[in-house]
Amino acid sequence: MDLSSELGKEMYRNMWRIRLFEEEANRQTSLGSVVGALHMYCGEEAVAVGVCSNLRDDDYVLGTHRSHGHCLAKGAESRRMMAELFGKVTGTCAGKGGSMHIADFSLNMLGANGIVGAGIAPATGAALASKLRGTDQVSVCFFGDGAAARGTFHEGIGLGALWKLPVIYVCENNQYQQWVPRMNVAVVDSVADMAGSYAIPGVSVDGQNLVEVYEVAGEAVERARKGGGPTLIEARTYRFYGHSLGDEEQYRTSEEVEEWRTNQDPIINFRSTMMEQGWLTEEEDAQIQNEIQDEIAEAVRFAEESPYPTPEQVTTDVLAPAQEVA
Amino acid sequence: MMRTLTFTEALREALHEEMDRDDTIFVIGEDVITHGGPYKVTEGIAERFPGRIFETPIAEAGIMGVGVGAAMAGMNPVVEIMYMDFVTCAMDEVVNQAAKMRYMTGGQASVPMVIRLPCGVGRLLAAQHSQIMESWFMHVPGLQVVVPSTPGDAKGLLKSAIRSPDPVLFFEYKRIYTSRGEVPDGEHTIPLGQAKICREGEDATIVAIGPMVQKSLEAAILLEDDGYDVEVVDARSLSPLDTDTICESVRRTGHAVVCGEDSSFAGAVSEIAAMIGENCFRELNGPVVRVGSPHVPMPFSSELVKHVVPEVPNITEAVGRVMM
Ligand SMILES: Cc1ncc(C[n+]2csc(CCOP(=O)(O)OP(=O)(O)O)c2C)c(N)n1
Ligand SMILES: [Mg+2]
Repeated sequence: MDLSSELGKEMYRNMWRIRLFEEEANRQTSLGSVVGALHMYCGEEAVAVGVCSNLRDDDYVLGTHRSHGHCLAKGAESRRMMAELFGKVTGTCAGKGGSMHIADFSLNMLGANGIVGAGIAPATGAALASKLRGTDQVSVCFFGDGAAARGTFHEGIGLGALWKLPVIYVCENNQYQQWVPRMNVAVVDSVADMAGSYAIPGVSVDGQNLVEVYEVAGEAVERARKGGGPTLIEARTYRFYGHSLGDEEQYRTSEEVEEWRTNQDPIINFRSTMMEQGWLTEEEDAQIQNEIQDEIAEAVRFAEESPYPTPEQVTTDVLAPAQEVA
Repeated sequence: MMRTLTFTEALREALHEEMDRDDTIFVIGEDVITHGGPYKVTEGIAERFPGRIFETPIAEAGIMGVGVGAAMAGMNPVVEIMYMDFVTCAMDEVVNQAAKMRYMTGGQASVPMVIRLPCGVGRLLAAQHSQIMESWFMHVPGLQVVVPSTPGDAKGLLKSAIRSPDPVLFFEYKRIYTSRGEVPDGEHTIPLGQAKICREGEDATIVAIGPMVQKSLEAAILLEDDGYDVEVVDARSLSPLDTDTICESVRRTGHAVVCGEDSSFAGAVSEIAAMIGENCFRELNGPVVRVGSPHVPMPFSSELVKHVVPEVPNITEAVGRVMM
C-alpha cells in the first residue's frame, strides 16, 4: 500500500467532511432552511474520496444528482455548498442551481446533474479537450448504476474508447435506482462487465473499502494520463438514506440498511485500517471530527447570514453579458 | 352524481377504467410498479392488471421507442415520463417516429399512444426538473397536446387521449396533483380539441392553460372590484386548438389576455395570442396580452422562483392593461 499516514488522514478527513456536511444539510431540510431535493451520498464516501484523491486540481470531474460527495472530494468549499442549498447568492451557483446542480468551475468540477447519465458523454468531451489542447489532464465521470441503462452510457463510453481518451468512468453501483432494486430492471448485475463491449478495462471494487477504491482508481488515472485510454470502474456501494429525503423506502428492509450501516460503513472501515497501521490515534481522530464539525457549523452560519439573490438576477446568466461577446 | 377526487385519483380512475375496457392498453415507465410513479398515478395497476404494466430501467429513448413500436403493432401504450424534462432524452422517438408515422406511410400507420408528462414547478427542483415545453410539441404536426386543469377534466381527457388513434402529449402540472374537484360518476369522456368556458363575462376574455385557469378564476373575482366582468376560457387542448370557442368569446368581449405558466416567448400563449390577433382584429379594443414566465430556465432559489412563476397579480395587471 503506497498510502501514507498523511494522505490517509487527509482522506479520512474528507470522508467525514462529506458525512457531516450531509447530515447537517439533512437537519437543515427538516428545519426548512434547505429546500428542494436532497440526495444523500452518505455510505458512498469512499468512492468519491478514493477516486478524487488521485486527481490533480486541474483534472475534471462530472457528477450526478447525488454529488455533494463528488464536489467536496474535488475540493469545493463546504460553506459555499451549504449556501447553495440554502438558495443564497453566495452559493457555488449563486443560488440558481441547488443541490442537484452544484458546480465549481474554479476546481474543474463541471457539475452535478439532474439528468441521469447526462455526464458521461460530456466527461468524454472534457477528455477530448485535454487531448486537443495537449495537456495531460484526466476527466472523471461519476454516475449511478441506473445510468448504465441509458444510451448516453453506451454512446459516451463508446467514443471515449474509440479515441482512447483520458477519462475514467466511475459507476457507483448502490443497487437501487430511485425506488427500484437494480436487479428488477437489469439483466447484467456487474456494470464492470459492460466494459468488454467497448474493449476497455472494467474493474469492480468494494466501494466501502477506501484503500481498494484509491488503488484501483490510481491505476486508472495513471493509465489515462499516459495515453492508455479509459477505464470503467464499478464501485459496489450502498446509500444509507433513501433516494431523496422523504423516501419511505418500502422497497428495502430496515434490516438490510442496518446491516450496511453497522458493518459496511466506509468511514468506520477506514478508521480501523488507519488505527491498525498506526496512522491515527484516538486523539487525532477526535480532533479531526471536531474540526470538521466546526467547519460545518461555520458553513451553516455563513449560509444563514448570506443574502438571497436579487430579483434582477432572475434574468442574468441566461447568456453571456452583451459586452463579453466579441 | 358528482364525487370529489384529487387530480391524481381522477387520472388513476381513468387508467383503471380504460384498461378494464380495452386489453390492448398497457402502462410503461420508470418506477411505475414499485412506487406507482413519482406521483402515485399508476398505483394499484400492477395488482389489478398483472402483466400489463412494465417497470423499466432509466432508458427514456427505449421506453418511448417501445411505445411507438407496440402502438404501430396494435397495442395502446400509456407511457409515463417521470418528469417531463426527460422527454428530451426521447425526442427522436416522439418527433421523428410517433408524430410522423401516419403521414410518412400515407396513412397506413397509426400510433395510438399517450405520453404522460408531469411538468412545471413542484418542490424546488430547479432547471432540469421544472420545464413545461407545451409549445415544443404544439409545433410538431402529428402530435396532440392536452392540458387538463381540474380532476374532472383530467379524467375525461385522459380517457379520450387513450382512445385517440394518434399520439397525445398529456401534460400533468405537478402542483395540481393534490388539488380536489368534482368528477362525474360513470362514463366520462371529453373530446380532444374542445376549450371550456369556465366563467362567463362580458368585458374581457382570459384564455388560460393548466393551473393558470384556477388563478384566472381567482383574478376574475378580484377584477369584479374594479368593475370588470371577465370571462375565463380553459384552453384544455393546445393542439388541436379550439379556435372557434376562443374567438367567439374574444369577439364578444373585445379584450383578450392569454395566460400560461411556461415562458411566454414562443410559448403556447404566443400561438393563441397570434391566432386571436389574426382572427379577431376588428373586434378587439386593445392589444392581446400574454402572461407567462420570463424567458429563463427555472432557478433554484425560492427567492428567484417567486419572480418567475406567474401568479394572480400578473393576471389582474394584464387585464388592467388591455382594458385601458
Ligand atoms: C434521464 C432521467 N431519467 C429519470 C430521472 C429520474 N431519476 C433521478 S435519480 C434516478 C435514479 C438514479 O439511479 P442511479 O443512476 O442508480 O443513481 P443513484 O440514485 O442510485 O445514486 C431517477 C430515475 C432523471 N433524473 N433523469
Ligand atoms: Mg443506484
